[in-house]
Amino acid sequence: MEQVASVWDGAEVGPEAVQLLTPQGRRVEHPSFAVDVSVQDLRGLYRDLVLARRLDTEATALQRQGELGLWPPALGQEAAQIGSGRALTAADHAFPTYREHGVALVRGVGPLELLRMFRGVDHGGWDPVATGFHLYTIVIGAQTLHATGYAMGLQRDGRVGDDGSAVLAYLGDGATSEGAVSEAFVWAAAMNAPVVFFCQNNGWAISEPTAKQTRIPLYQRARGFGFPGIRVDGNDVLAVLAVTRAALARAREGGGPVLVEAVTYRMGAHTTSDDPTRYRDPDEVAAWKARDPIARVAALLGREDPGLAEVVAEVEREAGELAERVRHGVRAMPDPGPLDMYDSVYAEPNVALARERDEHAAYLASFEEVS
Amino acid sequence: MARAIGMGLRRALEDDPKTLVMGEDVGQLGGVFRVTDGLLKDFGEARVIDTPLGEAGIIGTAVGLALRGYRPVCEIQFDGFVYPAFDQIVSSLAKLHARSRGSLTVPVVIRIPFGGGIGAVEHHSESPEAYFTHTPGLRVVSPATPNDAYWMIQQAISCADPVVFLEPKRRYWEKSELDIESEPLPMGAARLVLPGSQVTIAAYGPTVRTALDAAATAREEGLSLEVIDLRSLSPLDVDAVEASVRRTGRLVVVHEAVVAHGVGAELAAQITERCFHSLEAPVLRVGGAAVPYPPARVEEHYLPDVDRLLHAVDRALAY
Repeated sequence: MEQVASVWDGAEVGPEAVQLLTPQGRRVEHPSFAVDVSVQDLRGLYRDLVLARRLDTEATALQRQGELGLWPPALGQEAAQIGSGRALTAADHAFPTYREHGVALVRGVGPLELLRMFRGVDHGGWDPVATGFHLYTIVIGAQTLHATGYAMGLQRDGRVGDDGSAVLAYLGDGATSEGAVSEAFVWAAAMNAPVVFFCQNNGWAISEPTAKQTRIPLYQRARGFGFPGIRVDGNDVLAVLAVTRAALARAREGGGPVLVEAVTYRMGAHTTSDDPTRYRDPDEVAAWKARDPIARVAALLGREDPGLAEVVAEVEREAGELAERVRHGVRAMPDPGPLDMYDSVYAEPNVALARERDEHAAYLASFEEVS
Repeated sequence: MARAIGMGLRRALEDDPKTLVMGEDVGQLGGVFRVTDGLLKDFGEARVIDTPLGEAGIIGTAVGLALRGYRPVCEIQFDGFVYPAFDQIVSSLAKLHARSRGSLTVPVVIRIPFGGGIGAVEHHSESPEAYFTHTPGLRVVSPATPNDAYWMIQQAISCADPVVFLEPKRRYWEKSELDIESEPLPMGAARLVLPGSQVTIAAYGPTVRTALDAAATAREEGLSLEVIDLRSLSPLDVDAVEASVRRTGRLVVVHEAVVAHGVGAELAAQITERCFHSLEAPVLRVGGAAVPYPPARVEEHYLPDVDRLLHAVDRALAY
């Protein structure tokens, strides 16, 4: 991966979205960004993309069968997620929204750990410290401030500079309207914090198009806050990887924040609770289908990888296993005990809560005495 | 008291390099009440952080710093300015320990100068405690004396849970000796300030002084009032109040906050449940009217004073 040093000198890098792989699966050059990916790397990215989509498909189906309370599909956004997730090093930290399922997988969060909150047995489900992938945040934009604060912590720990680490904060296009996101941008700029804001502009905030959130391209917002913004083709895994890597490298070295706007499309519903046919044109969906992020990598592999058929078969087998594990695992998840909810409210003993818990326990025990 | 809190902050900064002080104007200026005076000079801007102006940003970044292992002490400049940070406090800060099943701790302290009585303009005299006591995951405390303030701020900082630390701003200038050797009660415990036999007065923060003044006046009239400083509003040390009420048979709760749905209502309900048969009178509450905090020229009619408190005492004794 090569980065032209001057690329961030302007507050914006654009106006065109960075692209390294066309929708037809052909590599193209960009004057400022490149990735050096071998056929082996491409196979890995293809595998990540397919597994992420399969998890999504299975989870959507499980929600329809009543096994999950809700599911926010990431269908169509796989390249934005895998490309950015693969740009992270082990020492970096990601602060997701509630839709970064592909990022979760590449950070080592198990699919069943990820599904615990959507099954309704937990509000988290994975270890944010071990994975460097923090808990999902449902309040729109709130996590961008946590990410910025965490980045301020990295600064104080002397982790900026050579061998530094950085934070990747995920947000959507709708989140850019939230006050918390503007405050995160102000803080990150004022503190020169090592945080990259990764906006997946998927076109829609539930039923509201991006035009309802902004009158200028979102990446241009960054200029007003005093740091660079850049737009990337979010369905191009190579471009996302290249741009996010460069932005993270800059942050790690002390260059401060960057806003990356990955232009992609949410092919499915916002969550399984809404009906996108009520608010968007089927022609728009069809047009984006032609930009499918997985088909693009498959087409490239078709050109460059003589062993493609075996790769596809192997990834298909792996995806099948993942799906089966998810189907059985979700149904087998035990409900938490009724008193478990009291356990972790406070880190230190709390007399009032302990009393309430004891009363609840006694109430539950009274049924056992009767029967 | 303001200086005592500053001394407590200084000691916490000395004891633990992970402790940070952050907020608007806390550095060069030393805070609008000068509580953080001198800390920037001695600890540097990496630990005493003058932040941009944005309350959600102060608390939200403090959450991130806490996740990184720091112990941020945030200053919200005035009570009425905490609301822009409300979501970060109740949705993120209060819940992260529970959401992570205990694997994440967010030991953030939120210092809020609160309450009225200093003739301030709108938004500078409010008592927002009930919003926070209603949120599981938070601890809410308020010191009433310089000594308690000195120790309690250190206890709040060393606590693994998030703590809303309410500083009674009209008592900032009160003076008393500090006992910097022996640590007082734990943060969650109420304190029996004045023993008495006929009516228990439960107060906290700015109204503890009011309660003691009322007790002194009542004594001249031959009445014996017991005064309890609650100190902690969440959790509430109901056991201490219960023990007192079992002796006196009467309870009056006094706070500046709006009476309706307030801390006094919670205490009244719990005491009624626990010692209904020991009560000689219903639990009475004295506090703010259900109106926005009024203009300064009439705040004396809003704030509970000695006369209103004694009026409630008389009502309790009349049963």
